[in-house]
Parts: sequence; C-alpha cells; structure tokens
Amino acid sequence: MNLVTWGLALWQALLYVALAPLLVGWIRKVKARLQNRRGAAIWQPYWDIYKLFGKEARMAHTASLLFRAAPYLVFTATWLAAAAIPLVATGLPTAAIADVIVIAGLLALARFFLALAGMDVGTAFGGMGASREMLISALAEPAMLMAVFTLAMTAHSTNLVSVVEHQLTNLDLLQPSYLFALAGLVLVAIAETGRIPVDNPSTHLELTMIHEAMILEYSGRHLALMEWAAQLKLLLYGALLANIFFPWGIARETTGGALGLGLAVVIAKLALLGVVLAVSETVLAKMRLFRVPAFLNLALLLALLGLLSHVILEVGA
Amino acid sequence: MPAALLCAEAALGLALLSAVTSLFSLRVPRVLRLLATPLIGLSGLAALTAGLVALLNGHAATAELPLGLPWLPWQIRLDALSGFFLSVIGVVILAVGIYAPAYVRDFEHSRDSLPSLGGFTGLFLTGMLLVVLADGAFVFMVAWELMSLSSYFLVAFHHDHAANRRAAYLYLLMAHVGGLAILLSFGVLAAFGGGFGFDAMRGADLAPGWASGAFVLAFFGFGLKAGLVPLHAWLPEAHPVAPSHISALMSGVMLKVAVYGFIRLVFDLIGRYHWQWGVAVLAIGSISALLGVLYALMQHDLKRLLAYSSVENIGIIFMGLGLALLFLATGDERLGAVALVAALYHSLNHALFKAVLFLGAGTILHSAGERDLEKMGGLLRRMPWTGLFFLVGCIAISGLPPLNGFVSEWLTFQAALQVWQLDSGVLRSVVAISAAMLALTGALAAACFVRVYGVAFLGQARSRAVRRARPAPLGMRAGQGLLALLCLLLGVVPTAFIGVLSEVPRQLLGQGLTEATAHGWLWLTPVSPQIASYSAPLVAATLFVTLALGLWLLGRGIRRVRRCGAWDCGFAPPEPGMQYTATAFAQPIRRVFGLLFHIEEGVAQQPDGRRRHFLRVHDRAWGLFYLPVVRVVENAARQVTRLQSGSVRVYLGWSLITLLVLLWIIA
Repeated sequence: MNLVTWGLALWQALLYVALAPLLVGWIRKVKARLQNRRGAAIWQPYWDIYKLFGKEARMAHTASLLFRAAPYLVFTATWLAAAAIPLVATGLPTAAIADVIVIAGLLALARFFLALAGMDVGTAFGGMGASREMLISALAEPAMLMAVFTLAMTAHSTNLVSVVEHQLTNLDLLQPSYLFALAGLVLVAIAETGRIPVDNPSTHLELTMIHEAMILEYSGRHLALMEWAAQLKLLLYGALLANIFFPWGIARETTGGALGLGLAVVIAKLALLGVVLAVSETVLAKMRLFRVPAFLNLALLLALLGLLSHVILEVGA
Repeated sequence: MPAALLCAEAALGLALLSAVTSLFSLRVPRVLRLLATPLIGLSGLAALTAGLVALLNGHAATAELPLGLPWLPWQIRLDALSGFFLSVIGVVILAVGIYAPAYVRDFEHSRDSLPSLGGFTGLFLTGMLLVVLADGAFVFMVAWELMSLSSYFLVAFHHDHAANRRAAYLYLLMAHVGGLAILLSFGVLAAFGGGFGFDAMRGADLAPGWASGAFVLAFFGFGLKAGLVPLHAWLPEAHPVAPSHISALMSGVMLKVAVYGFIRLVFDLIGRYHWQWGVAVLAIGSISALLGVLYALMQHDLKRLLAYSSVENIGIIFMGLGLALLFLATGDERLGAVALVAALYHSLNHALFKAVLFLGAGTILHSAGERDLEKMGGLLRRMPWTGLFFLVGCIAISGLPPLNGFVSEWLTFQAALQVWQLDSGVLRSVVAISAAMLALTGALAAACFVRVYGVAFLGQARSRAVRRARPAPLGMRAGQGLLALLCLLLGVVPTAFIGVLSEVPRQLLGQGLTEATAHGWLWLTPVSPQIASYSAPLVAATLFVTLALGLWLLGRGIRRVRRCGAWDCGFAPPEPGMQYTATAFAQPIRRVFGLLFHIEEGVAQQPDGRRRHFLRVHDRAWGLFYLPVVRVVENAARQVTRLQSGSVRVYLGWSLITLLVLLWIIA
C-alpha cells in the first residue's frame, strides 16, 4: 500500500461520482429509442444536477435538523459503499477498509436516513414511501447478503478484491451456486435501485411512488444530492454485477495500459447492462406493491439456494 | 487481597448501603434522590473498575465473603469472564445512577412507596453483582434468587393496575421455574464433582448422557431468564411495567446475567462440547432473533417494543454462542474463540444501546407522560439532546456502521462464514440458513427502528401532552449521553476493546484472538487479514470528514434555509392526523409475515352505538406453548385434589407412605 494505490483509489471513487449520471442518461436514451422517441441527450442528468445545485433549497416549517443533514449523509454513505467496490482495478487499498458486509451496512445506513427524512416533514406520502422502502429492503438486503456470501465462501474471503481475484483465476460458469447467486442478485439490484417492476423512477402518480415519495419535500441542492445518491447506487449495483460475476478485463496492475483497458471494459459492460435494463423495463409493467414481496422472496430463495448448493455440493467436493 | 476483588466487594457494599439508606426516604423523600441513587452510581463505578482490572490482569483471584454456613463458605472469584460481565453491569449501573435522581423525583410527590423502590433496586443490583462473582453453586443460587425476587417487587412497583400485578406474578412464576432448572443442572454437576464449589464441578467426570442432561437443564433455565423463544412471552409483559431506569437494568443487564450463567455453566463448568448442543443453541437463537424483531415491529407501546427487541438481541447473542459450541465441538478452538467474542461483544453492545433506548423512553414518559407511539411525534424539536442520543441508540441497535451494533453483527457473520471449514454438509447448511436469518433480522431491525424514530421524534405531535413536552433535566441527558458516547466509541475503535475482550476466551478456552489486530489497531481482522478486514476508524473518519466538508462547501456552514409550507404534492396542508402512524408503517410487514402472528382485526360496536375498527396482534407463543402447559398443570392439579378427603387420618397415611418411599429410594 503506497501513495500511488491510495491515489488510484481516490481516483476510482471520484470516477464513481462522475460516471453515475451518465449511466442513468444512457438507460433513459435507450429506453426512449425503444419507445420510438428521440429522448433527451445522455448528458441530461448532469444538466439536471447542475440546475438543481443552482436553485435555492427550501424546507417545510415542520422539518427538523435531520432533514437538512440527511442528503449529505445519504450521499456520503452511498459513495463510501461504492468506493469499496472495485470498478476499474483490483489492487486498491479501499477494499480492505470495507468488506462486502460493510458495504451492505453503509447502504443500509443511507436507506435509514433516507426513510427518516421521508418521515420528517410529517406528510402522508413521506411516511408511505418510508414504510414501503423499509419493507422492500427488509427482504432485499438478506437476499443480497446471501448472494454475495455464496461467492465470498467460494473465495474464502468477504473482501471483494479477493472475491474478484478468485473469480478471475478459477471461474466455472456452470456452477449452480454461481448461477443462483447471479439470478438472486439481479432481482435484488432491480428492487434496491427502484427500477421497474418494483418501483418506477419516472412516476408521477403519488400512490405508486416509493423512492420519489420519500424525497418529495426536497428541493435545490438537497434534491440534487438525493438524486445523485440514487444514481450512484444504480452504478454501484451495476459495478457489483459486472465485476463480480463477469470480472474479465479488470486491471490487475497499476500500469496506464491496464487501467485504460479496465476503464474501457467496465464502461462497455455497464453499457450492456444498461441496455438489458432498458429492454426489461420496456417489456415489463410495474407490479402491485403486494406482489413485490413474492418477487423478493424469489430473490431470497434463489440466493439461499445458491448458498446451500455451495455449502452442500461444492465445499466437500 | 487484590485490588480488583476489593473494588468488587466495594461495589457490593455500596449497593447494599444504597438499599439501606433508601429506607429513610419513608420520612424524608429526598434521601432517595440525593443519597440512595448516587450510591448506585458509585457502586457501578466500583464494579466497572473491578471488572476492567480483572480483564487486564490476566489471572483469576478468589476470596471468601464473611457470610454463609460453616461448611459452605461463600467463595467469590474474579476471572476474565466475571470481570467482563462485571464491567458490563457496572457501566450500565453507573449511567443509571447518573440518570435516576432526576427520574425518581417524579415519584416523590406520588403515592408510590419510595423505600420499596430504592431498597429493592439496591438488593437487585447486589444480587446481579454477586451472581457474576459467585464461585459456588450455593452462592450463585442465593444471589440468583435475590436478583429474581427483588426485581419481582420492582416489576410490581405500580401495583395499582391489575395488568401490572398479573405481569409481576407471571414474572415470579417464570423466574422460579427457570431457577429450578438451573438448580437441577448444578445438582447434576455437584453429584459428579462431589461438591458445590465451581472448582469441584470443573473437575467432574461427567458421563455423556448426564452432561447432555445438565446442558439441557441449563439451556432451559438460563434461556427462560434470557427470554429465548418460545419461553419469552413473560418478558414483554414484565420488563415494560417497571420504572424506566429499572427496565433499562432488566433488559440491558439482567438478561446478560443469564447469558453469563449459560457461558459459565456450559463453557467453563461442563467444559465439553457436542455439536448437537451447538445446533440447538444456534437454531433457538436464530428463531428468537427473527421472531423477536417481527413482534417488536407490531408493538406500539414503546417500552414493550424495546422489550421484544431484547428478545431479538438475546437471539443474536445465542447465535454467537451456538456457533462457538459448534466450532469447539469440531475441535476448532480458534473459530470458537471468534464466535464467543462476537457473542460477548454483542452482549456489551446490547447492554449499552438498550439502556440508551430505555432511558430515552423513560425521558419521554417523564416529559410527556406518554408510552404510546401513536400519540407521539415531533419530539426531536422539543427535546433535541434526548432525540440525538435516541438516534444513536436506534442506529446502533439496527446494526448500522459506524456504531457498535454493526461490529458485533459483523463478527457473528464472519464466524458463520467460516462454516466451509466444517466437515458435515448438514452442519454447513444449518449455519448457512441461520446466517440468512441473521441478515433478515438485521434488515427488519432497521425497519423497526426507522419506524420508532420516525413516528416518535419526527413529524408532528399527535397529542397535546407531547406537543408541550419539556426538555429533559441535565442528569437524565448526562446518563443517556454517557451510554451513547460509549456506543460510538465501541463502534469506531473496536480493536481496542476486542483486544481486551480476547482475554476471556484465552482463560476459558486457552485460545485468544491472535489475528484480530494483526495489521495494527486500524484494521479489525478477526480470523485473518486475508479473510476479512474492517477498518471502523477509517470508515467513520471518511464519513464524518466528507459529511462536514459537504455541509461546509454546499450548505455554506449553518446558513439559514428559507422555510415554507410542506409541498405534499399540492394537497391540503398536512395535519398531524394525516401522518403515517406506527401501525400503518408496519402494515405491509404485518401482511407479508401474517402467518407468524395471531391477528385479531375487525369492527366492533361501541357501547354508544358507534362502530370502531380494532386490531390486536397477539403473541403465538401464548396459544402454542404457554396455554397448553397451563392446561396440563391445571388438569394435574385437579387429579391431585382427589387425595383431599378432609380427614386427618388419611393425610397422616399419605405422609407415612411418602416417608417410606423416600427411605426406600435413599437406601
């Protein structure tokens, strides 16, 4: 661990922040094309955030100090979680700070404050959003942990860099645990990032909102941070899926060539994931809220099957 | 006599002194506030010192109390395990001692009996301290009963409500059933060891069948006291009805005394392990954790909710103990030590954050006279310090970084993830399933405490008394603040504490955590640096620095933000009655996990002819476990009444027969 690797780790963390709006813009563009629209430029999310930062932030009379602190906390915790997931290179020291359980914990911390902020003003929609978000996360978080534990147990480490390294050297695509964990984590990612069919990020119907209902009262820079944190979370899950399950191309040395290749490869993988997400959002309809637990139970079941098939079939063999 | 034991005896003496001085509060009510409660705090400080010295010393010290019978002297012993639990008890008592003077002031002008409050509190503390110091089954049982009996009177303190008397009776009954099982378990050990001293029991050469018998009895007895499912149903009845600082002691500390008893008996006295025991403890622990948090989510009485959440946390502690038993039974002492440390660390953490939360509930009760979540709201603005400390408690109990609850859950996960080292596929899948249940429990606990904090402290007040709540007095804030600060410290620099804690497995199992701080104090690496590492100081520092930078750069310091009416999608201005209630918040979860609850819901006709919707969520343990037992006991009692003929001669005959049978058994 020297200055170069720490510098690279910082660079990768900043890369997360910089790339997050681009992924959302890309998904929106592809979706618009699939719906026979031209759609906004893929840079539009950057302009939105820039615009929001320029606007004045207002708060309701009934809002407390927590309401003001929450956007900063949510953004920071999400960012910290993202920084521990290898995006471009594996040999970085940030991964030792936080293993995969800490990443789940930091995401839960962000969600905790997001839900509290939703309840702070004391409106009906805020409470509704918080209640639904906590239901979804209560089922999605264990599924995520189970899916990642499967890989962690294969690699004998909960450190994500070790998991990626292990996947690179001895990956068997037809292992049942690998397939189950992948399927489980995909379902979790959809639920946790508030995409169709669990939540609709572009909804304008109050009663169907989950994430939007919690940030309804935010404006200006507060809203910008909340939106940015949500985009960051999407990128985080994208990177998690792309780099753990399909780790090829990630930079294992800190040379310029390897890093450039790693960046290009990860952008290509994320772009592909974006297309898959856009297509699935185009062909699927949003579910009723009480169908969502069935969806998440499936995720939990798949993840648990992955873990069990690993500990029963693969460990002894 | 070593300094540690001297401090421990001072703690015992101060607690007793507090009990004696509070008798004077019958004439002068101020005595309780000004003398008896501060003495409790001093006793806590002495216990904390004794415990820490014993932990750092690294060897056990024994002494004899000038009490007891000539042939059964009261031996006390202070080793690392007792020292650890002594400091857990001490630190919570210290905080309660700081908090309580302001709280008991409320009782000075009521009709409640002050001497009984102060006296039984002192005896209760003496009992708890003596349990962890005891070095023989005889002292242990005397102290145990002292603890149970005196806390019965504290549970029955507000005895003018019939429901409270019922809860207290149930508590007494359960305490005695549990005490009986523990006594029998000691009996088995004493029979093989040839004495009531723990030294003799340690040397006992138990036959495997008898060892399992002793284990089952101990698990039942201590599990009953600790509130494991399905024996837990008394706990949420009894703990909330005591005065709040006593609830904090009961939930935060007394349950830990039961955990101590279990560890002492199983890991130290029996000292041999079977994997079946580990599976049983792990399974019961997982079920307790999950059901505890689900039932907590269904409560709207704040103190009752906290009591159910104790069931959850005790479940997590027993999961750690179960893992430790499993690893020890398969001969892996290193992983056994990791799992044991996880359980011990969670015991300490739960004592701290549960006391913060119970003291917070007491403050709300003191300031607003309210325990019902449905009538709270907006308390953060009325009492900002209490609100801040309560938030720390909520984050810690939800197991979120960078606070202490996360560290111990992380350690438990790490122990569970080492399961690939076990040989049996069945055991591996049992552990994997319990890890899944722990993950589910953690996520549900976060939902539960978002609900508590959001409904009680955020939004708008739902009742008049809460709208006019006063900020808490300084003493109450200080007591709570001390514990909240410790929650933060234990979360941010866990390596310092785990290094000290690893003395316990070193003395108990002969194996400490050698690798826990292999890369320095910044990195917590319980198994080995390659397997997992967590740098709590760096996570916390980055979190706080980025947060401060963000607030400073973007928020430009504490610049005023203009206020306006709530937007709420342009509907009518929000009123307190339009907010989500605690019941509404939990409705989706109630629906998803509906099978686990006994739900009564419907519309009832009121006496005045109006109709009202009602919803009651009952504990299934009553119908499935408690009531059948009650029925069996009642039937048996009815059978026995046949012996009652009313004639003295028949009774004398029965006595003679009993005597003969007993003589025959002995001979």
